[in-house]
Amino acid sequence: MSLTTILFYLFALLTLGSATFMVFSRNIVHAAFAMMFTLLGVAGLYVLLYADFIAATQILVYVGGILILILFGIMLTTQGFTSGFKTLTVNLVPGIGLALLASAGLIYVFVSSPWTSVSMEAPKTTITEMGMLLMHEYMLPFQVTGLLLLVAIIGALLMATKISHKPKKDS
Amino acid sequence: METTFWEWLANPEVTHYLIVSALLFSLGLLAVITRRNVIMILMGIELMLNAANINFLAFTRFATHSMDGNLVTLFIIILAAAEAAVALAIVLNLYNRYKTVNVDEINFLKG
Repeated sequence: MSLTTILFYLFALLTLGSATFMVFSRNIVHAAFAMMFTLLGVAGLYVLLYADFIAATQILVYVGGILILILFGIMLTTQGFTSGFKTLTVNLVPGIGLALLASAGLIYVFVSSPWTSVSMEAPKTTITEMGMLLMHEYMLPFQVTGLLLLVAIIGALLMATKISHKPKKDS
Repeated sequence: METTFWEWLANPEVTHYLIVSALLFSLGLLAVITRRNVIMILMGIELMLNAANINFLAFTRFATHSMDGNLVTLFIIILAAAEAAVALAIVLNLYNRYKTVNVDEINFLKG
């Protein structure tokens, strides 16, 4: 029982346990906070997979950005204080059946496939190689991603702010 | 030499990470199917994207010597951020117009 094994099961338990709580929680704010622990557990799994930069990005972007955005969305779209952030679930039994079916199929495929396993020692640094790849082979996706972020910013601003369509009454 | 189940369990390989990601994916699917609130559906989609990221990084760690999986994961995280921003703007508009965020009450397209 090495330290890596213990950490793997710790992070897997944190991820799956809080994800289960998130899915079945009635209070949507509790669900958002459970999602924070899910994302932190996934970041821990990334560290165990030798992806330290991705783990830091995950914490910065997901926990620091997307989760805050989701909390703002929850606060701006709840009807008054009386509803108590309760949300309903529909189709619980067929949904659980489908999710069990999907997980059983995926796990069967994953377990029965003979994966080749290359033993890789922990790299000293991942950022140098990632930067070289990003600037050579992935140059076009990198630029397109920048353009996409610009479009997303402008689109979100245009949609979230109210624009009056009245014509101006000048002259 | 046959390894026992406990020995298999004690050495996390690529399969273990894939099983975790499969369970995370089905939990996200469950959130998307069963919840009525749009924001919970968005959170389920984020869970499914995270499951895909675990898959990419597990194959990068155990199957190749390249860093391509890390970059794909980075792009997925960026796409998820853009998607969340645009989707929440849509949700705000939806709430301003219909005063509800439950997807089964927004059925005005139905004839």
